[in-house]
Amino acid sequence: MTSLPQGAGKKLGLVIDLDICVGCHACAVACKSWNSIGAAAPLSDTTPYGPEASGVWLNRVHTYEVEDGQGGFTLHFPRSCLHCDNAPCVTVCPTGASYKRARDGIVLVDEDLCIGCGLCAWACPYGARELDDATGVMKKCTLCADRIDNGDFDEADRVPACVRTCPTSARHFGDLGDPESEVSKLVADRGGAAPMPESGAGPVNRYLPPRARHAGPAPMAVGADAGQPSGFLDWLDRVLSD
Amino acid sequence: MSDESRRFERRIAEMPPVADEIVSTTCYMCACRCGIRVHKKDGEPVYIDGDADHPVNRGVLCAKGAAGLMNHRSPARLTAPMRRVGRRGENRFEAISWDEALDLAVSWLKPIRDEDPKKLAMFTGRDQSQAFTGWWAAQFGTPNYAAHGGFCSVNMAAAGLYTTGGSFWEFGEPDWERTEYLVLFGVAEDHASNPLKIGLGLLKSRGVKVLSVNPVRTGYSAIADEWLAITPGADGLFVMALCHELLRTGRVDLDYLIRYTNAPQLVIQAPGEADDGLLARDEAGAPLVWDRKRRTPVAFDEPAAAPAMKGEAILPDGRRAVPAFELIARRCLEDRYSPDNVADRTGIGADDIRRIAAELAQAAFEREVAVEQPWTDSWGRRHDRTVGRPVSMHAMRGVSAHSNGFHTCRAIHILQILLGSVDTPGGHRYRPPYPRHIPCPAKPTGKPDQIVACQAMPGLPLGFPGGPEDLLVEPDGTPVRIDKAYSWEAPLAIHGMMHAVIANAWKGDPYRIDTLFMFMSNMAWNSAMNTTGTAAMLTDVDPATGDHRIPHIIYADAYQSEMVAFADLVLPDTTYLERWDCISLLDRPIGDPDAPADAIRRPVATPGRDVRPFQDVLLDLGHRLEFPALCAAEGGPRYPGGYADYIVNHLRKPAVGSLAGWRGADGGDHGKGEVNPNQLEAYIANGCHWRRELGEEHRFYKFANAGYLAEAVGLGLIDRDTPITLQIYSEELQKFRLAARGHGVHRPPERDRGRVETYCDPLPFWYPPFEPARGEFPLHAITQRPMAMYHAWGSQNAWLRQIHGHNRLYIGRPVAEREGLEDGDWAEVESRHGRIKARVAVTDGVNPDTVWTWNAIGKRSGAWALSPDAVEATHGFLLNHLIDDLLPVREDGYRYSNSDPVTGQAAWYDLTVRVRRAERQSAPSEPRLETLEAGAPVVGTVR
Repeated sequence: MTSLPQGAGKKLGLVIDLDICVGCHACAVACKSWNSIGAAAPLSDTTPYGPEASGVWLNRVHTYEVEDGQGGFTLHFPRSCLHCDNAPCVTVCPTGASYKRARDGIVLVDEDLCIGCGLCAWACPYGARELDDATGVMKKCTLCADRIDNGDFDEADRVPACVRTCPTSARHFGDLGDPESEVSKLVADRGGAAPMPESGAGPVNRYLPPRARHAGPAPMAVGADAGQPSGFLDWLDRVLSD
Repeated sequence: MSDESRRFERRIAEMPPVADEIVSTTCYMCACRCGIRVHKKDGEPVYIDGDADHPVNRGVLCAKGAAGLMNHRSPARLTAPMRRVGRRGENRFEAISWDEALDLAVSWLKPIRDEDPKKLAMFTGRDQSQAFTGWWAAQFGTPNYAAHGGFCSVNMAAAGLYTTGGSFWEFGEPDWERTEYLVLFGVAEDHASNPLKIGLGLLKSRGVKVLSVNPVRTGYSAIADEWLAITPGADGLFVMALCHELLRTGRVDLDYLIRYTNAPQLVIQAPGEADDGLLARDEAGAPLVWDRKRRTPVAFDEPAAAPAMKGEAILPDGRRAVPAFELIARRCLEDRYSPDNVADRTGIGADDIRRIAAELAQAAFEREVAVEQPWTDSWGRRHDRTVGRPVSMHAMRGVSAHSNGFHTCRAIHILQILLGSVDTPGGHRYRPPYPRHIPCPAKPTGKPDQIVACQAMPGLPLGFPGGPEDLLVEPDGTPVRIDKAYSWEAPLAIHGMMHAVIANAWKGDPYRIDTLFMFMSNMAWNSAMNTTGTAAMLTDVDPATGDHRIPHIIYADAYQSEMVAFADLVLPDTTYLERWDCISLLDRPIGDPDAPADAIRRPVATPGRDVRPFQDVLLDLGHRLEFPALCAAEGGPRYPGGYADYIVNHLRKPAVGSLAGWRGADGGDHGKGEVNPNQLEAYIANGCHWRRELGEEHRFYKFANAGYLAEAVGLGLIDRDTPITLQIYSEELQKFRLAARGHGVHRPPERDRGRVETYCDPLPFWYPPFEPARGEFPLHAITQRPMAMYHAWGSQNAWLRQIHGHNRLYIGRPVAEREGLEDGDWAEVESRHGRIKARVAVTDGVNPDTVWTWNAIGKRSGAWALSPDAVEATHGFLLNHLIDDLLPVREDGYRYSNSDPVTGQAAWYDLTVRVRRAERQSAPSEPRLETLEAGAPVVGTVR
């Protein structure tokens, strides 16, 4: 049993705009790529050229068809750790490997303490953790903790790899504990929400719901009318006569 | 335990730099050509991300680009030149030296060049150096050259270039900042992948309506405000109905039409005569309009004219003529294009069509946008501000890959023109070097007298015919080119017809060739129609001679693709991180509406294998073949430094070379200038790209913007600064039609007459795709590329195959219910041509008469250094096996290519099928071609 830090100050997290996520997987691959060389490396691949390749990913994009009674829509849903306030993956950890950083709320795994028991993955209501078979330890989104404070990087690059790469700018990073931050304002403006709030885990990340879509019929402004070529050509005469 | 005392925190805090060097270059994982940063550690690339300073992608990078490292490290990389030792197609090779390989190539190519250069067919696939490879083919002396455009989107390019002097994708883009309405037609999630995604994100954030007209609701269609599940091949009908509505309601931009298009130009009405349907012109050749005030014909470009847009004019010589606008209006207003009459075929309700037309009109005319920027048009008129119609459109392969694609694409451009939105603020903007004059001045080369043994051709193989006299045909009308491009069968085949080469060469129609030389195109697999048949043609032996019907096949590729097995000689290429390339304005530009741009790719890793960049190999081969242009006067090769040397030192015309940036001895010239020996260093210092902003006054109405046209001439983008008139009426097409009616000295053979007359219509029209969905095969079947695997080259990737390891056939719920199919069932899919077995997924996001799948996920067992039982081979599949490369037999026994009759564009999406539950409900997918032997030397293999 591992304890959670007290007192919520900074809460770093992601805000993901489901209105403009096209499901391109750029975030997932950028994550895989960075975390293959960053502090969480390696993210192993099992038989990468074998019958069926599988590997560890800290972010996966799922596509759903949603029935809404109005013809339905297709929803792309990137899934990764939500860095919960009451992270059940932390409190369930028998060795203290899983922890939530006091200074910014990022949930991490101290791999040296991880015994790969998998309890945390079982406890996570969001399925956001994956066990690396090759190293026997649990892997999860680090919010690119190794980028955001990385002195080797330019300021612009000190964001999670998924945010930096997202082609539609559907992903935002910031302090959700600060109501004046850009991400908090975005959440307020757009009605951002956490999935399954009933889990009690207190997710920090937010998803922005699809906006109301333009659809309603526009008034039909008729200029020429006539229905027939002759009518149209008569209209031309009128317009060009001045 | 405090956080700080944790080992993981220390690991982060003490993490050494992941890279000791970050270098810029250009991505080649798809056709987007984004700027990338390659992070290197100990000399090896370890990480790739987007270059924030690059104009194409501004830092973002797609999944494929981010996974480039795994292509660079692929075990399927070829390791050495190889000569076939087994049967052709068996995949058994021996490694040979480069000297042996090039000697062997010369031993085949030299006799061809000395006798009949067109016996070399050189087709280069997804080549990003076409300005060079086409030039090389011309130096060899063969007209038989093209890249993959003919089976990609030539309908789009041809219709656009002959109508607006530009097109979509690399030719132009929506004015993302200002547009108020975007229509996406049938866009697969591909071309201009990152710029489109960047733009869509921007539009959605601005609350701009995005309408997607697409049989399939994935990707961009999923985030569109409205999705219209159009029936494949019916887009042209939908667009004509929109034009019908706009005209019927008088919602068109007459001022724009009068000033900038040929709408007011007089079209001669003389049925049966040789000038019927041509434009009336004055003695100087200027098109005439009817001045409705002076009641006399005047030259189109006379600024004071008040042109009539309707009504018959009697010319001074007594001939009758009417404004082109009346012809297009009458065409669009025909009953067959009324919303009520197109609803069934398009699958879109008449009320919806009327509503969309009203929405377009509302956005264009009631939400006019203006940039407070004065400009001067080509007639010297000063405009105080730049006003625009903020409606934009984008279309690509979806509408292009049908046998009615050319006219559909033309209809889309007509719609843009009627709305007055081409190159206005908020509309569809050209990306320089576009717009070009219509037709583009370069003609195709390869008339019979231009092909001479042992000589270079006098021009490039690909160009833009202006009429029948520019076709590449023998006096009796027989095609000169092996693919029959630029013949009466496909007069505007401006990208060639790569998909027809193998079948024609095998058949000897129009003649036998000796050597098929291909680069980077998987023509024995996902780039072929009739895939199984194509493989048989490649291996077929002529019993009369005992030789293969296609005697020699040379193939260059970096990877062990399915095509490698069919080569006699394999020239191994490098990965994209190990080579020089140039993204040239002479080729496929990467500029944006405000600035022309070009770029280089540079080696950031060394191969460590016995491989060479394909372009270096061509230069070497050309020298060995003694092309004068590749031999130095003092002996030795003209470009001893390989392709990098050529990029810098080759001049295409005086002062125009491969790269436009930092020209001149001191690097101070841009666009045009003498050679700068330090040009590549200048590019590297600028992140490997060059971008030059146009003057503030030069950014809109480029077709008639005096300042822009002058600037473009100065930069060498175009040759003259005369205005470019948008062509709602295509006089070029009418010239072909007149030939079919028996006029002129260049006339089609009897066989092709009816076809040329019908399809070379100067006005856009809609006709059903040549393979309509009805009767036995009631369902349309289409494909698209997933965004994470856009474009197929080098498509084996350890990370991406975890996302798209196999594909399913997506079927609509009604089809599933009718056929008793459930999600995950195996189904048999049949077309008039073939049968496959595939696993289905049931979806609500598809047109009810359509099935679809991801293309090029399926792989042949034994290819790509994958395990023979890789899921790509056992559960992946290709629809290609169902697509015939020929149309059904005509009454006279002839079979045309399965292509658009105007451009030769491969009609991939005309496919129709039936689907039923398979008897055997288990893997593998079918057909299952024999597993390729592990006989090609590659970096690694799991076998």
